[in-house]
Amino acid sequence: MSNAITMVEAVNLALGRAMSQDEKVVLLGEDIGTNGGVFRATVDLKAKFGNKRVLDTPLAETMIAGLAVGMAAQGLKAVAEIQFMGFIFPTMEHIVGHAARLRNRTRGRLSCPLVLRAPYGGGIHAPEHHSESTEALFAHIPGLRVVIPSSPARAYGLLLAAIDCPDPVLFLEPKRIYRASKQPVEDNGVPLPLDTCFTLREGDDITLISWGAMISETLQAADRLADEGVSCEVIDVATLNPLDLDTMLASVTKTGRCVIVHEAPKSGAVGAEIAASLSERGLLELRAPIARVAGYDTVMPYYRLENHYMPNSADVIDAVRQTLEFA
Amino acid sequence: MDTVFKGEIHLTRYLDQQGKLLAPLPDIPELPSRLVSCYRNMVLARALDSKAIALQRTGQLGTFASMLGAEAIDVSIGQCMKPEDVLIPYYRNHACQLMRGLPIDQLLLYWGGDERGSAHPAMGQDFPNCVPIATQALHACGVATAIKIRGEKRCAVTVIGDGGTSKGDFMEALNVAGAWQLPVVFVVNNNQWAISVPRVIQCGAQTLAQKAFGAGIRGEQVDGNDAIALHQVLELALERAREGKGPSLIEAISYRLADHTTADDATRYRDNEELKAAWEREPVKRLRSYLHSEGLWDEEQEKCWQEEVNRMVQEAADAYLAIPPQPVESIFDHLYAELPERLREQREWATVKAMPGGSHHE
Ligand SMILES: Cc1ncc(C[n+]2csc(CCOP(=O)(O)OP(=O)(O)O)c2C)c(N)n1
Ligand SMILES: [Mg+2]
Repeated sequence: MSNAITMVEAVNLALGRAMSQDEKVVLLGEDIGTNGGVFRATVDLKAKFGNKRVLDTPLAETMIAGLAVGMAAQGLKAVAEIQFMGFIFPTMEHIVGHAARLRNRTRGRLSCPLVLRAPYGGGIHAPEHHSESTEALFAHIPGLRVVIPSSPARAYGLLLAAIDCPDPVLFLEPKRIYRASKQPVEDNGVPLPLDTCFTLREGDDITLISWGAMISETLQAADRLADEGVSCEVIDVATLNPLDLDTMLASVTKTGRCVIVHEAPKSGAVGAEIAASLSERGLLELRAPIARVAGYDTVMPYYRLENHYMPNSADVIDAVRQTLEFA
Repeated sequence: MDTVFKGEIHLTRYLDQQGKLLAPLPDIPELPSRLVSCYRNMVLARALDSKAIALQRTGQLGTFASMLGAEAIDVSIGQCMKPEDVLIPYYRNHACQLMRGLPIDQLLLYWGGDERGSAHPAMGQDFPNCVPIATQALHACGVATAIKIRGEKRCAVTVIGDGGTSKGDFMEALNVAGAWQLPVVFVVNNNQWAISVPRVIQCGAQTLAQKAFGAGIRGEQVDGNDAIALHQVLELALERAREGKGPSLIEAISYRLADHTTADDATRYRDNEELKAAWEREPVKRLRSYLHSEGLWDEEQEKCWQEEVNRMVQEAADAYLAIPPQPVESIFDHLYAELPERLREQREWATVKAMPGGSHHE
């Protein structure tokens, strides 16, 4: 029997597994060694694998990303931690300008199989710049994969897949649910696919599409709606780029209705991409407009007002009811 | 072969660990009374620090960055700055912010997760706290550029940690400051740790001050636990900047006597012996011993001032706790000079949801 563990423990388990399976896997980042990362995602790994496999870096994100590009081009599997997604912006030059295009620029002569891990999202009453959800900025970048787990088991399997993946992957960890629940996770080294959504709950009346910490709110809404006789299908997108439209389209074709739920500001977000793609390919299957439950188009409020910003299960229920009323 | 460049880094120190004077006092007008004022502010900073940590531990304040061990640096900056200078702080400059006029309750409001803590009019042109490490160093250069373009006699002062000096922004800031001879002073609070990462991991150079050489600016070290030494180097650097004589980098050697923040546990990575040794060098006791020995401060004054700061801090904490949260509309009202039409609907919806019975009513 495998132990029930939290998401952050699952991240740690996957990192340890990948490192023992493949000595090309090297971790780098701020405070990841002796301290085990500020969220303890890398705890004990330096003791286990030594300081050539776990690099405590100087404080410089541009450097971390640039090093990862160079290491990856050398055939190492660089897994870099950015301490919070709020501090990822200095990496963009290397991610957008290099990691995501090295294979294309060299027509395959060089590639960049790095993984950038970063905790993201709100809901933990954190300091300024520690709570944003800016995944859309990265999902827009051709050549970069963007992956977000929503449970310990998916964190384990998806992180292994990200490390295995020959392409650069941004792996965003919803820190609000780092320790929210436990789940048995078998340390079997089996990766999950990076090209499919996960259908977490089957239903006939409406499709709810979400990712990250909002999956919990969405599942809660589905539970409550079930009591009212509304049957919701819940899909965890998991890989935000490239999107698995087939799974989503099949579901929407079945239910004819769709609500997309995300924490990021509404405008220009990944929800908009999903809605547009579903409309392009399935407009005639839809019985009602696709609704979006999302953060406001505001700066993430500092924590005293953050609960007002965060979408919750009541918002999802409202949107579902409105969609059902439409048709 | 010709030597084309030679550099030296000097460390300034006036007080030994016991607060004994090692050299004649520097020639600064009214130094004794300024040191007394410094001391008072350092004691206030300590009282604020313990109160903030107590509030955090009881769930009444968010994550807080203690400034324990950095008091002398901060209050000396506060003393040497003129009101018209501009402070571009990092996130550990509470004492300096108070001296610049920020009321204590408003400082607590910031750490209580409320944007109004960065809004107080007493902050003037000073920047708010800066969380993304080292970015403030470049903002300071921008402020200094504006000052220079206008030909004003004032300067920009910015503070950064030892860890922050590893970031490109800091090196780029030094570089432009040197290239343009900007009226800016960079103060490094080298407290030996960047969360769990010790100073040696940040940089292979013997001092951080010598980064100034690559930028062609002045660089020096100062004992960051010695308020007299800090006064001496800061007075000179700020005056030079104001006079258009160029920027300076001051590496103040201190020690982070607390956890990185209340979210950190330094026992995971830091040797207790090192911490104990650092307490022997701490700045508050050192200055008090000096003031005592010079007859500038006595037990009675100490007692009264301790009571006074405790009262001030308690009153401020009470005032902070009584401040109701901002209305939810506030998250929209300062986004743009004028709210775009498209956002009005969201603003209305947010207001409705926040009403009693709405989904976000708490
Ligand atoms: C760009 C960036 N990266 C990472 C962080 C997270 N972080 C906050 S404080 C800190 C360490 C800073 O150490 P130092 O510069 O020495 O300043 P100190 O806190 O010790 O005064 C880190 C890594 C951040 N705030 N910004
Ligand atoms: Mg430091």
